[in-house]
Amino acid sequence: MKLIIAIIKPFKLEEVREALTAIGVQGMLVSEGKGFGRQSGHTEIYRGAEYAVTFVPKLKLEIVVSDALVATVVDAISTTAKTGRIGDGKIFTLDVEQAIRIRTDETGPDAL
Amino acid sequence: MKRPLFLSLLAATAMAATPGLAQEAGAAIGGTGLPADGIWIMNTLLFLMGGFLVMFMAAGFCMLEVGLVRSKNVSMQCTKNIALFSLASLGYYLIGYTLMYPGDNWMHVGYLANFNPFAQLEAVGLADGADAADYASTGSDFFFQLMFCAATASIVSGALAERIKLWPFLIFTFVLTAVIYPIQASWKWGGGFLDSEYGFLDFAGSTVVHSVGGWAALAGALLLGARAGKYRDGRVNPIPGSSMPLATLGTFILWLGWFGFNGGSQLAMGTLGDAGDVSRIFTNTNAAAAGGVLAVVLLTQVLYGKVDLTMVLNGALAGLVSITAEPLTPSIGVASLIGAVGGIIVVFAVPLLDKLRIDDVVGAIPVHLFAGIWGTMAVLLTNTDATLMGQVIPIAIVGGFTFVASFVVWLVLKITLGIRVSEEEEMMGLDAAEIGIEAYPEFGKASQY
Repeated sequence: MKLIIAIIKPFKLEEVREALTAIGVQGMLVSEGKGFGRQSGHTEIYRGAEYAVTFVPKLKLEIVVSDALVATVVDAISTTAKTGRIGDGKIFTLDVEQAIRIRTDETGPDAL
Repeated sequence: MKRPLFLSLLAATAMAATPGLAQEAGAAIGGTGLPADGIWIMNTLLFLMGGFLVMFMAAGFCMLEVGLVRSKNVSMQCTKNIALFSLASLGYYLIGYTLMYPGDNWMHVGYLANFNPFAQLEAVGLADGADAADYASTGSDFFFQLMFCAATASIVSGALAERIKLWPFLIFTFVLTAVIYPIQASWKWGGGFLDSEYGFLDFAGSTVVHSVGGWAALAGALLLGARAGKYRDGRVNPIPGSSMPLATLGTFILWLGWFGFNGGSQLAMGTLGDAGDVSRIFTNTNAAAAGGVLAVVLLTQVLYGKVDLTMVLNGALAGLVSITAEPLTPSIGVASLIGAVGGIIVVFAVPLLDKLRIDDVVGAIPVHLFAGIWGTMAVLLTNTDATLMGQVIPIAIVGGFTFVASFVVWLVLKITLGIRVSEEEEMMGLDAAEIGIEAYPEFGKASQY
């Protein structure tokens, strides 16, 4: 099993979710965050004083899938979250040691 | 044949600049006037209605301040506002009202009233007759004037937000509303020396209320110091407010309340002239606010490339403060311009305070002190009874007295109780540190510092 962490632009969420459920992903966790990569922020003026807004709002998606599904999922996210402009985000894959469904105590790929 | 546009504009400007250019000469209506009872009742009604409008300005100040502070300090701001209003109500009843309106009961005539605690209203059902047969009920007078006193205190709470301790602030408020405000107000509205010796004109209190609040806030801000991180590294670091809708709502509420503030200050509505005057005052008050808004909308667009909503809100209030000293005599056009100048002043005053490292969270000092002084001087534009020295010297006297008195009180509080929360408490937020009630317990706070 692999944990796929995807940082995407917030307005891309619905598109990505639709693509993922279409290929059989059954669950995901979304959290709001702020970040920057090579997309630096911009400057604002508040009451006559300039300030740099370095952090840009992002969404983090966390999805755990069986190994067989990883490539398709990564590809689906990559395609739908892409705008071609700076700040599209990143995808990371990590190994998952164990997964448990709390309600039924199932473990392993059955828990996904 | 159509007039060229510029001639029409020229004519319109000429009309705007000359007050009272009516189509017909003033029309007499019934010719009999109200009986004395009726006049007294109408005056009383004006005070009562004006009074509750000004009362609601407390809600306006509260929402404005709440919107411009960070979420972690919102409950504190709410607490300060509702508590200071109530303290003003108490202090004015206990000491302030009679200090401000001694009648003949002066210790030093024109300067200091006799200490005469516990304001008294007329008997139930007016069983012992009216205190002032040619004026209005004492209750309505007390009620109306109390609201002005409370408004002065509200001004202070905005400037000093996000780092002040609650109880020292409340103690200062009590002294301001029970002693400082009433004494200087007695010099003008209580028949004191500013009125009798200088012919000082300040219709609804650009100086007596607004600049007084501003001076008290300035004294406090100087002793309190800026918020942590505001001027770090030699830069001005903006600390954005938590709710623009609340700040805007607050401004609109203040705008509405100001009709009572200025309109009620006519002090009479039982005659044709007075009714007409109150109408002019309402209209001019509105025009000045609008002028302030538009001036700031244009100016911030030009200066910063974007319209700054928080400055626009300040602009509306600066316009209102500017017209407060003389809302009766200007024409609508001139009132708009007076308000516009107030707005322009604020746009430059806010960064100026930052340059001086005076941290005023909501712009109270630019709006109430700077525009208050302008408004008091603007009386000279349209009221021929005003004199230059008769305006300037009282401005200085009231300013000197208020600033020094406030500074002393703040200093005593600073030395004894301390007026500023600890650095850790400031980071945690005053809601957690002083109040114990988070304003938005369900919202995430991870991104606040």
